[in-house]
This record gives sequence, C-alpha cells and structure tokens, in this order.
Amino acid sequence: MSELPLGVPAQQADAKRLIVVTAGLSQPSSTRLLADRLTSATVDRLREGPSTGSGTGVDVDVTVLELRDLANDITNNLLTGFASPKLQEALDAVAEADGLIAVTPIFTTSYSGLFKSFVDVIEPTALTDLPVLIGATGGTERHSLALDYAIRPLFTYLHAVVAPTGVYAASSDWGSPSTSSGTGQGLAERIGRAAGEFAALVRASDRAMNVRDPFALPAGFSPF
Amino acid sequence: MQFGIFTVSDVTTDPTNDTTPTEHERIKALVTIAKKAEEVGLDVFALGEHHNEPFVSSSPTTTLGYIAGQTDKLLLSTATTLITTNDPVKIAEDFAMLQHLSDGRVDVMMGRGNTGPVYPWFGKDIRDGIPLAIENYALLHKLWREHTVDWQGKFRTPLQGFTSTPRPLDDVPPFVWHGSIRSPEIAEQAAYYGDGFFANNIFWPKEHYMKLIGYYRQRFEHYGHGTAAQAIVGLGGQAFMRTKSQDAVNEFRPYFDNAPVYGHGPSLEDFTEQTPLTVGSPQQVIDRYASMREFFGDYQRQLFLMDHAGLPLKTVLEQLDILGEVVVPALRKEFAVNRPAAIPDGPTHASLVAARNPAFATPVVQVVDADSALEATK
Repeated sequence: MSELPLGVPAQQADAKRLIVVTAGLSQPSSTRLLADRLTSATVDRLREGPSTGSGTGVDVDVTVLELRDLANDITNNLLTGFASPKLQEALDAVAEADGLIAVTPIFTTSYSGLFKSFVDVIEPTALTDLPVLIGATGGTERHSLALDYAIRPLFTYLHAVVAPTGVYAASSDWGSPSTSSGTGQGLAERIGRAAGEFAALVRASDRAMNVRDPFALPAGFSPF
Repeated sequence: MQFGIFTVSDVTTDPTNDTTPTEHERIKALVTIAKKAEEVGLDVFALGEHHNEPFVSSSPTTTLGYIAGQTDKLLLSTATTLITTNDPVKIAEDFAMLQHLSDGRVDVMMGRGNTGPVYPWFGKDIRDGIPLAIENYALLHKLWREHTVDWQGKFRTPLQGFTSTPRPLDDVPPFVWHGSIRSPEIAEQAAYYGDGFFANNIFWPKEHYMKLIGYYRQRFEHYGHGTAAQAIVGLGGQAFMRTKSQDAVNEFRPYFDNAPVYGHGPSLEDFTEQTPLTVGSPQQVIDRYASMREFFGDYQRQLFLMDHAGLPLKTVLEQLDILGEVVVPALRKEFAVNRPAAIPDGPTHASLVAARNPAFATPVVQVVDADSALEATK
C-alpha cells in the first residue's frame, strides 16, 4: 500500500478514510493516472466543505491499492480461501473505508479479470453502504458504457452506494481540452462532477467509525 | 489431553509416480492407518463423511465398526458427520450401535459439509444449512436422552411414540463435538449444549480459529457449563516430518504443490508460515504444536491430518511412527506443564458415566481380555 503525497497527517481520528483501488497493469498506468485525478478532486471537495448549506471541510486519509502488487496474493486467496497478511491488510482497509474509488481498465468489454478477482475475495457484506466512485480506462470511447452495464451493477449487488457519475477516460481524453467549450463534457469537467457527487456521499458516511462484530448472530437465531 | 489423527479419505494420485490407489486399496489403507494409530499410542482416529468422488468414506460407522473390532483402546470419531443431510434418527441409531460394539470407544463430530450438491442429492436446500444443523441436532440430542419421543419440526416427518434403538450404552450418549470453520451460530450451538467445539485449524491462519474458539469459550461460560477455560476444545493440525528438516521439505513439496486444497497456489514456505502446516523435523512439529495452547488456551484434543494428497501408505505409516513415538510423547509432557487442575481432560465414555453419577466414578466399561479374566477366577 502506498500513501498519496497529499500532505495529510495519517490516522486523524475525525478524518474520512478514502481507499483507492486501481487495477492498471502497465507502469506507468493511465488507470492509475485517472485514479489519482479522481482522488485529488475528491480530496479537494472534502477539504473545501459542502458547496451549499453550512458545514466545514473535513480531513482525508488516502490509501492507494495497486492491485498489480497484490496479484499473486489475490490468486492464492481464490485457491486457498484465505488472505495473506498483506492482502488481509488491504481487504480490511476497504471494509473500513468511508469511500472507495475503484478504477479498472476495460478488457474485452468489461472490468479486468484482476479487478473482478479482487472483488471476489472481498467479504460479501464488506461493502454494504460504502460510497463508491467508479472509473474506467480504455483505448476508445466505444467501451465507455462498460461503466454502467458491468461495473455499476457489480457494486450495486454488493449493496454499495455508487455515485451517479462514473468517469471513463479513453486514450484520446488525455490529449483533449479539459473543458469542451461549455458542454461540460471534457475529462476534467467529468472528474469534477463525479468528485462533487462522491464527496457528498463520503462526507455523510460514518462507516469508518462503526464497530464490526464478526460474531454477530443473525436476528432471531436460536441455538436450540 | 487426547491426540490422534483425522482423515478426509481422499483418493488422490501420487504426483511423484502418477499412480492412483483404487477405492478398495484406499479403504483398506484407512483401516491399516487406524490400527497403526493405536499401535503407536495415539488416542483417537476420526473419519470424514463424503458423498462424492474422490472421497471413499460415505459410511463412517461401517468403517469405524470394523476398526473397533480390530482395536482395543482407540477412540473412534468422525470429522465430520453431516448433521444437515443425514436423518438425525439414523445418526442416533448408528452411533448408539457403534457405541455398544466398541464398548463406549466412540464420539462424534457434527458438521455441515462443504460440498454444495450434497444438499440437493439428499433432498435438502443448502440455504437451510444452519437451520438444519440446529433442528436436526436438537432432535438427535433428545433421542439419545429420552426413551420415548414425541417430536415435530420443520424438516422431518414428525415422530409419535418413537424410541431410537439401541439405547446409548449405559444410557450415556456419545460425546458430541461441533466442527465449524466460520459460523458463530455453530459455536453458539456447541456452547449452548455444553458440547465440544472443534476447529480444523489446517487450511487457514490460526488467528481465524483463535477468534472463533474465543467466542465459543465465552458462550460456554455464559450458558453455565463451567468457566471459559474449561470449555471443551479440539484442534486439527497437519505435519510432515523427517529427521532432517530439508528432507521433509523436499519429499513433501510435490504433494503440497499438487494437493487438492492448496495446490498450485501459495508456496510451501508461505503456507507453512501462514497456517499450522509444519514440514520439517519432529522437533519443529513439537515446538509448533506445543505453542498452540498459548493461542487457544489449554485444550482437550489434537488431531493431525497425515494421509492426504496422494501420500503413499508406506509413507503415512512412517509418519505415524514418528508422530506416535516422538512427537506425541513430547507434546503430552509439554501440555501437562502448568496445566491447571480445573481444566478437564478429553471426554471419554468412562468420564461421562462418572460425571453423571460421581458415586460410580470408576470406569464402568473396562477392556478385559479373556486370559486375565480367566486368571482372576482361579
């Protein structure tokens, strides 16, 4: 796990915990690039405070998970049913977050296999009520709907709260103007809108403060 | 403290020579292994129940009855008996019968099984796994303790005026363990009845099982069966040994790398670090398992998985020699050190009979061989 150089003191009691999962395979990775852009836009929004109404800015702890670094651990977990200490640390960080930024390359019409394998080793209830900002990268704009037919339903199934705007960055976006003459369609504008929606959800989240009881018995359970 | 072995009865190809035992060979090997366990001084032999290939043990009480006829002291158990898909009436009868034939050398470990299709094959719904385990065991518990049973539940035909036969030996039911790897409901059930709780402790890091056993101990105390430290805990384990630890690693590696459960995944080194699997010298195994009480508290039963992943019978018997002659005697000494007097030993038929009526604290069932009995009459 690597910390983004955002100048945020670690482990602030009242800070929101933001986890960034990026599934790019190459280095440098455009998926990581998009993840970083989404992260810094979100952190800015959270620090500024809400755009309307009262309230002040909040501090943010950011943890970035490069799935490439966990690829062997993820495969081993699929085979053995348990996580290595390194992977368990990552899974705990996801489960205890106030917000998740999840960015994957689009491979063969959907999220990458590594990205899905990581999601598959997360406890099925670990993402309940978790605000999620989804992002994806690909060679052309033609695959942008994968955000909404593949990635969004994945997190909806897990009872996460997915921000309405997801951000898809095609190769050409990296060479386009950041604003599109007032249409709101440039990459920077899309990132800004998504970060605004997502920051509002994260601000309202108290997931990181929740105490989880792994031995909570289902309601109505009787041992006899 | 009881020591023994448990087996899943897998028929697996030996990856070093590409040979696969027949079902017949594997079944006969199980019997040989059980007899060897008694010969080398182990206390317990426990057998799994499966209803799918590559496993051969679908009918544990048949196998255990046959083993009972060829052993004198060995305590026979299961790992596990499917409380979900078996009829609890048949479990009550099968194990009471085995109890009589073995002169009380039997207990049983309940489990839900881990093969999804077994539920539909036996007419059950896997989504009812926990409710089945709860209801079926409640009935089993009653059948062993009440002569004539009227009963109605959700999953089975009601019973009116039913008596399970034979009655348990000396009217003392076999001791029951509940095995689970992740469900607090099952730990809660074991605690409620004051039964034992067994954590297989072989495929996952011990920290996972420590939490589950800690929970069971607390709930055991909550239900008034004794202190948390007195709860009846069993643990699994897994080892492969040679005098020189590097020989053990070299010999076991191909079996590890191709094993059905963890093969083609983590390295042997990572897996032995992260789970209780220990591959090395007998002393390494002693040290690793002697430390278990520091993590789990003083416990009652330690079972080792020794015969899976295609290991040849000859190798398994050599492993049992080392286990019985070197490792277990050392562990018995280690576990006895500073063990509080209030911690119960592993339950046996004799101890349960004595507990029911302290006035008859001497074992009711003794193994008497014919010669010494004749001698005594002279």
